[in-house]
Amino acid sequence: MRALFSVAVAALLYEALARSGWFAAALVPTLPAIARTLGSMLGDGTLERHAANTLLRVFAGLGLAALTGLVIGFLMARYRAVEAFFSPLVSALMPIPSLAWAPVFILWFGLGNVATILIVFYAATFPMLINTWTGARAVSPLWLRAARSMGARGTRLFWKVVVPGASPFIITGLRLAFQRAWIAVVGAEMLAASAFGLGWVIFDAKEFLNADIMLSSLVMIGAIGYVFERFVFGTLERATILRWGMLRTAKA
Amino acid sequence: MRALLTALRAAVPFVVIGALWEYVARSGALPPRLFPPLEEIAATLVRLTAAGILPHHAALTLYRLAAGFAIAALIGVALGMAMGRWRRAEAFLMPLVAIGAPIPGLAYAPLFLLWFGLGDMGAIVLVGFVSAFPVTLNTWTGVKAVKEIWLRAARAMGAGERRLFRQVIVPGALPYILSGLRLALAQAWRILVAVEMLAAVPWGLGWLIFGAREFLDTAAMLAGIAVIGAIGLALENFVFQPLERYTVVRWGMMSS
Repeated sequence: MRALFSVAVAALLYEALARSGWFAAALVPTLPAIARTLGSMLGDGTLERHAANTLLRVFAGLGLAALTGLVIGFLMARYRAVEAFFSPLVSALMPIPSLAWAPVFILWFGLGNVATILIVFYAATFPMLINTWTGARAVSPLWLRAARSMGARGTRLFWKVVVPGASPFIITGLRLAFQRAWIAVVGAEMLAASAFGLGWVIFDAKEFLNADIMLSSLVMIGAIGYVFERFVFGTLERATILRWGMLRTAKA
Repeated sequence: MRALLTALRAAVPFVVIGALWEYVARSGALPPRLFPPLEEIAATLVRLTAAGILPHHAALTLYRLAAGFAIAALIGVALGMAMGRWRRAEAFLMPLVAIGAPIPGLAYAPLFLLWFGLGDMGAIVLVGFVSAFPVTLNTWTGVKAVKEIWLRAARAMGAGERRLFRQVIVPGALPYILSGLRLALAQAWRILVAVEMLAAVPWGLGWLIFGAREFLDTAAMLAGIAVIGAIGLALENFVFQPLERYTVVRWGMMSS
């Protein structure tokens, strides 16, 4: 109720500003105009198609990043040599914003999906890798010793002790990776996509001064991000680490 | 001797990757314009630096970063403090912050460029707006996390509202505020590089690498990326770690 009140006040302020005539109507469209555009874009399916393209790119990039991050992260935690090799590389590459690679990837792979997915991949890999690495090292040595003394070795030890033990960190890593990927995909689509995608729509609409289209896809971007954060990752957490009773260890 | 050995060991992966890069670049499998050998990248880096072009780009980017970050820090700390201290402010602002924070900052970029114009103004306002969110949220958490018992103790010893604020609440919330500022700076840096590509500002590192694409100047792009990475690393290591050491660590609120 309270939340509704502050949103209503903000909306009223915006509406007053839009109707004041101080700014061009094309730049600051009124709320009904935005709602109408949103409705018609949803109605004829364009917004959904753009969203589907964006999601596809996010999942392709995120999937690759998760795989890379998990494999390298676990290997780094297990083998000293792997850790010694990758950890300087990670600390050198991590501070470079993924979108800085956009022009290079565009040159190498052309405008389109490959460059976009690679940018998403670059953004999402590091949180995944760092969290897997930290998580695998944070598995209590007591559990490892207990499992070993009960005869668990090799793969069994890995799947039954190390993976569940590291899972709170890994899930957090995945969540962070998604946030990064979601930011990166919007930027990447503005710079590198040739057609389709929510980021591309926003950028393309700027050329025609269609602020209502920009705001409509902004709403869509916000809504998708919210749904993932709230429902997908919330459910994932409940189905895994909360059920296994792992979250206390993560907080401690 | 020990330090030298560590440094040598850290250099190994770079030498390996560098050798691989060099091998691919020289194999002729890829056009050298798109995949320049390392010495060409280094030469470009030196040439652009000596000509003063790279420092000029970097200076303008840093200026935008500083201006945007200053806006974010001021607004974020003020809003966060207000939200932490007053119920009303919290009830009113929290839903708005909760809605705005998860939207990727770059999605606003074209809109801000329309509203504030291409160039400095749009870029600075966007960076300030986007990185104000982590500062606000962390300041709010920090003020809320100040122990009730400290407040009561200070009041019992006769501290007025003002002194309470300056000597208890601000130092108590500072570890959170600093981590919010650190997050904000990292975010501001990432956003700024991207915005400079989108906004077609005449100078700036983002523009340098994006503009170099037009001329197929991969060496300049990679040199620019190296500088961007170095600045990102320096911001993390030389700005915040000393600041933390001088304040919260020295006051014993956080272990180093």
